Amino acid sequence: MSSITGHSAIDELPTSDGRPPLEADRAGTGRLGDRIFGGLATGAGLLVVALVSLVGVFLVVQAVPSLLNNNANFLTSREWVASGAEPRFGIVDLLWATIVTSVIAMLIAVPLGVAVALFITQYAPPWLTRSAATLVDLLAAVPSIVYGFWGLTVAGQYFEPFAEVVDRVLGWLPVFEYTGTPSAKSTLAFAGLILAIMILPIVTAISREVFAQVPTTHKEGALALGATKWEMIRVAVLPFGKPGIISAAMLGLGRALGETLAVTLLLSALNTSSAFSFSIFGGGETFASRIANDAGEFDSAQKTGAYIAAGLVLFILTFIVNAAARVVIERRKAFTE
Amino acid sequence: MSAVRTLDESAPPATTGVDDFGGKSTGRALTDQLARVVMWAAFVIALIPLVWILGTTVLKGGQMLLDASWWGNSQSGITARRVGGGAVHAIQGTLIQAFVTALISVPIGVLTAVYLVEYGRGRLAKTVSFMVDILTGIPSIVAALFIYAVWVVTFGFQRIGFAVCLALTMLMIPTVVRSTEEMLKLVPNELREASYALGVPKWKTIMKIVIPTSFSGIVTGVLLGLARVMGETAPLIILGPYTKVIATNLFDGLMATLPTMIYQEYSENLQPAVDRVWGAALTLILIIFLLNILGRFVGRFSKVRN
Repeated sequence: MSSITGHSAIDELPTSDGRPPLEADRAGTGRLGDRIFGGLATGAGLLVVALVSLVGVFLVVQAVPSLLNNNANFLTSREWVASGAEPRFGIVDLLWATIVTSVIAMLIAVPLGVAVALFITQYAPPWLTRSAATLVDLLAAVPSIVYGFWGLTVAGQYFEPFAEVVDRVLGWLPVFEYTGTPSAKSTLAFAGLILAIMILPIVTAISREVFAQVPTTHKEGALALGATKWEMIRVAVLPFGKPGIISAAMLGLGRALGETLAVTLLLSALNTSSAFSFSIFGGGETFASRIANDAGEFDSAQKTGAYIAAGLVLFILTFIVNAAARVVIERRKAFTE
Repeated sequence: MSAVRTLDESAPPATTGVDDFGGKSTGRALTDQLARVVMWAAFVIALIPLVWILGTTVLKGGQMLLDASWWGNSQSGITARRVGGGAVHAIQGTLIQAFVTALISVPIGVLTAVYLVEYGRGRLAKTVSFMVDILTGIPSIVAALFIYAVWVVTFGFQRIGFAVCLALTMLMIPTVVRSTEEMLKLVPNELREASYALGVPKWKTIMKIVIPTSFSGIVTGVLLGLARVMGETAPLIILGPYTKVIATNLFDGLMATLPTMIYQEYSENLQPAVDRVWGAALTLILIIFLLNILGRFVGRFSKVRN
């Protein structure tokens, strides 16, 4: 299991010696101690199930009254006036910013993370393997808010020339149009880049775990047939690791969707009257950053409900992405066992 | 390969066959070398942000940490324009909240892992395992909103330190479950069987054999899980407003933490405050790194291994 992700690719395999664990019922003695302890363990398991269900229930229950009060279409409106007699709020802008930043993060972090994982498992000299893995893991130990502050005050200025070059070359495409407001470090593209750094350890950790499990016979077989190291990776390691890479990408995406503080600090909110822009060099707010930005102003039930509704959408998004990742891992297990 | 081919065309036709053979290997060897370079480059690129962030934080925040008042004073009475002040209020808050979070989530997490490994079979176990994965993926801001919806909106309580602990618990439980689960699975079945053969009940086998065998692994998981939740800022912003003075009561009043101190000083936008941002950031990173290193170190003593 990876300490970074909390996810395990080798989840639910038989025990270390390859045999299935003892059947629970046969090992228990039915004494009082056994029944109490077994009950406690089962209770803890049920508590986790209840907790996740309660998250859904509470968010729905508290979002519904506000949604019913909403004078705009929640799914198609760009407005966000959460309080007052006639609240009008919709998620289009939030959804757009959330997805754009997360997709940019994935496009950068997945290839890079896979390459780093290949480096650690296949290329790194033995003395470097362990510390290389630890170093990449340490990226996950830097708090989100530090990434945001660092991006804003230190790294952001170097993104300006990059944005200008992209605008000069590809600016005729609306997606790459860079107008200079907001400045490059406050755009969706830069937020995506910072998110990429933040999800890199997750993508690397999971890919690494899967690559390390490629059977030696596959690799040696490829090498014995005259494959170079890269060809061996292409025909033996990557096909074996493909489901792992896909689930790594999904889990990275899940993390990027909900990442809060770095994005909150970086992104500059759009003027409410500004026209919708398709550019990745535009401003905006994600679900998470909008909620965090306004966290101090949850004063009325109506207003709070609107933000909880936004949180609910985020919860559903991450739920779908994580469940999909889980399904991919399950299918790989069915395949390898 | 095609590049080599074009070069070959200028060569005399008689040698083409031989060159073709040689050219092919050269092309493959080149690709192989190129891949090697790309992998090394990827690793170096991945290290750039780490080195850059750590370097910046140490350079800009190191000065603050060398001052004794940083570790002895709070920000009480220090306005944003004034230099100095300490972080002891925030450090205390972060440590207290982390400790209480661990106190709640470790029993639940370990018991859930025991259930998954030792008891759970069939549908319910699959559901629990699935829900642990979903819990792993819940964004911290959603966890915070959930606790807000329960704690503040439904029950009408104040935003206090304990509410933060509850939100952090939700983020820490899945990490503890997964790492403990891995460790319990590594305990050889022979140990369990030997214990059963001596007539030891199952719960005593788990408490006296299985858990002690995997103890250091579990501790590692707990420390790494703690390291993960300590840097979380979103739940703090929603549930635990900042204060400049020392406050250690989780159940009453405001309570400072390092992440909210960073957020607060960041919003002041003045040079003395910015210095304190870097100081607090460095302090927080140091604590988290220490936990990480301690966790990995304890893991070395594990009796069971992958």
